[in-house]
Amino acid sequence: MIIRLTVNGTRQSVEVDGPESLLHTLRERLGLPGSKNACEQGECGSCTVLLDGEPVCSCLVMAADADGADVVTVEGLAGPAGALHPVQQALLDEGAVQCGFCTPGVVVSAAHLLSINPRPAPDEVREALAGNLCRCTGYGAIVRALAGPAGEAP
Amino acid sequence: MEVIHPSSLDEALDALTAHPGAVVLAGGTDLMVLVNCFGLRPEVVVAVRRVPELREIDGSFIGAGVTWARLEGAPWPALAQAARTVGSPQIRHTGTLGGNLGTASPAGDGLPFLAAADAVVEVASRAGGVRRLRWDEFLVGPKRNGLRPGELILGARLPGPPPRRQGFAKVGARNAMAIAVASACLLREEDGATRLALGSVGPTPLRARRAEEMISAERRPSPAAVAEFGRLVSEEVRPITDHRSTETYRRHAAGVLARRLLERCLA
Repeated sequence: MIIRLTVNGTRQSVEVDGPESLLHTLRERLGLPGSKNACEQGECGSCTVLLDGEPVCSCLVMAADADGADVVTVEGLAGPAGALHPVQQALLDEGAVQCGFCTPGVVVSAAHLLSINPRPAPDEVREALAGNLCRCTGYGAIVRALAGPAGEAP
Repeated sequence: MEVIHPSSLDEALDALTAHPGAVVLAGGTDLMVLVNCFGLRPEVVVAVRRVPELREIDGSFIGAGVTWARLEGAPWPALAQAARTVGSPQIRHTGTLGGNLGTASPAGDGLPFLAAADAVVEVASRAGGVRRLRWDEFLVGPKRNGLRPGELILGARLPGPPPRRQGFAKVGARNAMAIAVASACLLREEDGATRLALGSVGPTPLRARRAEEMISAERRPSPAAVAEFGRLVSEEVRPITDHRSTETYRRHAAGVLARRLLERCLA
């Protein structure tokens, strides 16, 4: 079936197959591999996208049910001229990226957190990122980055 | 695969009448795991996320489509506490209370509250109209519920306002993304009447009736009575040993959770 949705501000029509996940549609059909595919059961958060403004695991969204939705992936967060999102800059500044696999999901979850809570406390960062697993155990640097400078960004 | 997107309850029930074997999709946090990891390939999906009637919540009714994120702000502290322990922010933004009922896992975080509150589950179909099933008529076994073909879960109705003193507690491997090893919800009226429901320690959520009876008679329970309450709960639960925990630990944890919740309500 064909679904219509807005991805990173661009309207898209895309043919999806059966109950495939939105993650599959984004990565394999729309050429947006920023959202990562790992556990496929909502445990790891590496596929986190904003669905109608809220962070969700795109592996648990049936693409057919995202018909009409507004989706923002990690690719849609940087500015038009490629300027990094404040969350991306903060992670970079703090050295909060190691292998990088969890980073896109972390960035999307954190961007949502800062949009509703511009100056989160460390515990608020931890809670907002509770669904994003980092197996390099880089949480210390991630929390420092987000409860620090990015928390003061506009 | 056909996907039907009803925009009203009437349309949803029509779709389920036309396709009684259809799979109902709400948040997808359980269903998509079956698709991704267990090869589920439904022929017809009725996607109810946008059905407005299922998203309603008022003083005594919680629509099946209300998400955990919304229930974190529910007017019932114990349910709000339970909602906050569900999965992760991502899961809570899509997963629903109706999903807990549909999946009927003994570990469903929202179920102990419904059991303690003596909630009634409302289901509907075109042919049968609305049926009301007490929580323990609906939750009949592990992953088994009383839903008939063509029926849709409308939500849960609370028979009366739950008391002010209430709480939920859960033991799991970590604070987030943890399936309960044991969970408990306690409601205590001003006159002492106490209802306690436990999750993950039996084939369905269950009530600790003997413990309830004992502690309900105590207006100001002594430390000895509180300890006895916990002991009775440990005795009454029916846990199993599985990959998540042992029977022995679950018995112990159920008693501790019950005792702690009671102590908090008495404080």
